[in-house]
Amino acid sequence: MSEYIQHDQTGVSVGVVEKKTFTFAQPPAAMALESGASLSPVAITYETYGSLNSHKNNAVLICHALSGDSHVAGYYSKVDPKPGWWDFMVGPGKGIDTDKFFVVCSNILGSCYGSSGPATHHPETSQPHGLDFPVLTIGDMVSAQKALLDHLGVKKLLMVIGGSIGGMQVLEWTVRYPDMVISAIPLATTTRHSALAIAFNEVARQAIMADPNWNQGNYYDGAKPDMGLAVARMIGHITYLSDEALRQKFGRRLQNKMDVSFNFDADFQVESYLRYQGGKFVQRFDANSFLYITKAADYFDLKKNHGNGSLVEAFSKARARFLVISFTSDWLYPTYQSREMVQAMKKNGLDVSFCEIQADCGHDAFLLPNKRLIQMIKGFLDRVYSGNPS
Amino acid sequence: MSILETRHNGTRFDLKVIASLIEKDARVLDLGCGEGDLLLFLQTHKHVTGTGIEQNEENIARCIEKGLSVIHGDINAEVKDYPDASFDYVIVSQTLQQVFEPAELIRTLLSIGKKVIVSFPNFSHWRIRLQLLLSGYAPVTPQLPYQWYDTPNIRVITMKDFRKFARDIGFRIYREIAINTSHDKALEGKIVRWFPDILAEYGIFLIGNK
Repeated sequence: MSEYIQHDQTGVSVGVVEKKTFTFAQPPAAMALESGASLSPVAITYETYGSLNSHKNNAVLICHALSGDSHVAGYYSKVDPKPGWWDFMVGPGKGIDTDKFFVVCSNILGSCYGSSGPATHHPETSQPHGLDFPVLTIGDMVSAQKALLDHLGVKKLLMVIGGSIGGMQVLEWTVRYPDMVISAIPLATTTRHSALAIAFNEVARQAIMADPNWNQGNYYDGAKPDMGLAVARMIGHITYLSDEALRQKFGRRLQNKMDVSFNFDADFQVESYLRYQGGKFVQRFDANSFLYITKAADYFDLKKNHGNGSLVEAFSKARARFLVISFTSDWLYPTYQSREMVQAMKKNGLDVSFCEIQADCGHDAFLLPNKRLIQMIKGFLDRVYSGNPS
Repeated sequence: MSILETRHNGTRFDLKVIASLIEKDARVLDLGCGEGDLLLFLQTHKHVTGTGIEQNEENIARCIEKGLSVIHGDINAEVKDYPDASFDYVIVSQTLQQVFEPAELIRTLLSIGKKVIVSFPNFSHWRIRLQLLLSGYAPVTPQLPYQWYDTPNIRVITMKDFRKFARDIGFRIYREIAINTSHDKALEGKIVRWFPDILAEYGIFLIGNK
């Protein structure tokens, strides 16, 4: 593994990993979705690191966010230049120690990294689903993860962890399958989107749908709605940063020029950065997946779906030990939203810890190396593990 | 008081006294729990189910690393979220002198906890009395080591004051323990049996509803 160490900023890498696919709900069976629609067959791509011990009590499920995938850590080959998205957190001796824990991460339903989604082909027509793909919920994504864990022989999860939309899945897990979840870490997340968060998502979706190439979602055999998706990503990037982060990173600095150009090129560094991020994103993400996943996030409402309008009632089903973490500069899911869930957990007598981490990099803080975050997750997980003998 | 005889490296004497008041397997809330020394001691020696409330992020991280449950927040706000009788004991260790509305806080604590343990530096200790009398400066002691302009303490409390507070508010004092501690990290100490109002550096009270 030593040949990878040069790519690896923090400690030893988990090494070469493999993406696998699990297919279930094969016809005539079908997976029932919350909308009332059904899906058949259902493919879920996933990766696992470490191994399930004989007591089967060391499984950790990681839930990824909007544009993430199952590739949490390690490399796909010896020449792969880029490690997984949470490589600083997951690996031998790291925050989530793959020498101790059996780590599972699957690509969410509706995404475009191998799991069933609008870009995957319909089994009968052999055409991409496009908008015929049923609208999904966070609950559906979690149900699919449950099917995968059943297949892997995991009956209990020592921990479920994830940030942002991944955090929504974590919360959903704790109330949907309460007896399976021993501990949970929802990071930088919310029990339901604020109007602000829905508004940003709607503008992003409109950008995609306004792109003539979008063509009601039928673009897979022609030009893609790249401009729309790029703008959607640009909006996203603004919400993932913060006023402070943008000021520190860019200020009003100009991009490779001494003065403004008096035309509509990217004068400012921040413009150039957003264009670059937008352009990069269209290389790797499907516009329809973006629509489906943001919609699922907007629909997510723990209070309504699990508590008849009461967050306290929603968490009354939960049994997990919680560690809730928010970040000071996260304006997409500000700390008050984490406090709200902590309050409801306390009212239920749940074992909950909460920390608001000082960070000026905004919502994306959970994706950036942060010593405090790593230490906290490591400490929490190790204690839950040692306090939970088989 | 057998727990006082067991030496435990790194645990302050006053915390050990507080621990001696707590029964095994109790549910405990520690307000201003710091790095969680007391909670960890209680978990190890008394098998309590404990939670702390703390404002400092660094301290929170230390607590979580120790496997303790802790909430990042302001004690006055955080205590309001618990249902009545959620805890067997609520501990307010050397925090009351920094609380904005002590009466309201104590009332809340007496509803969320069956018993409350309050400890504070005794402002009627002879050294404090003498300092003010002889020097004319606001007293600075090892227990209250601040100048008037940099102290986090917004009020001073004597043991006598606290007894009067009990009568005024209407709660019951079950136990009252006066202590002195060594000045080196306060790891050792002794119980003050005579003239505690004058001779004790700290007062520790176990209180409950009448």
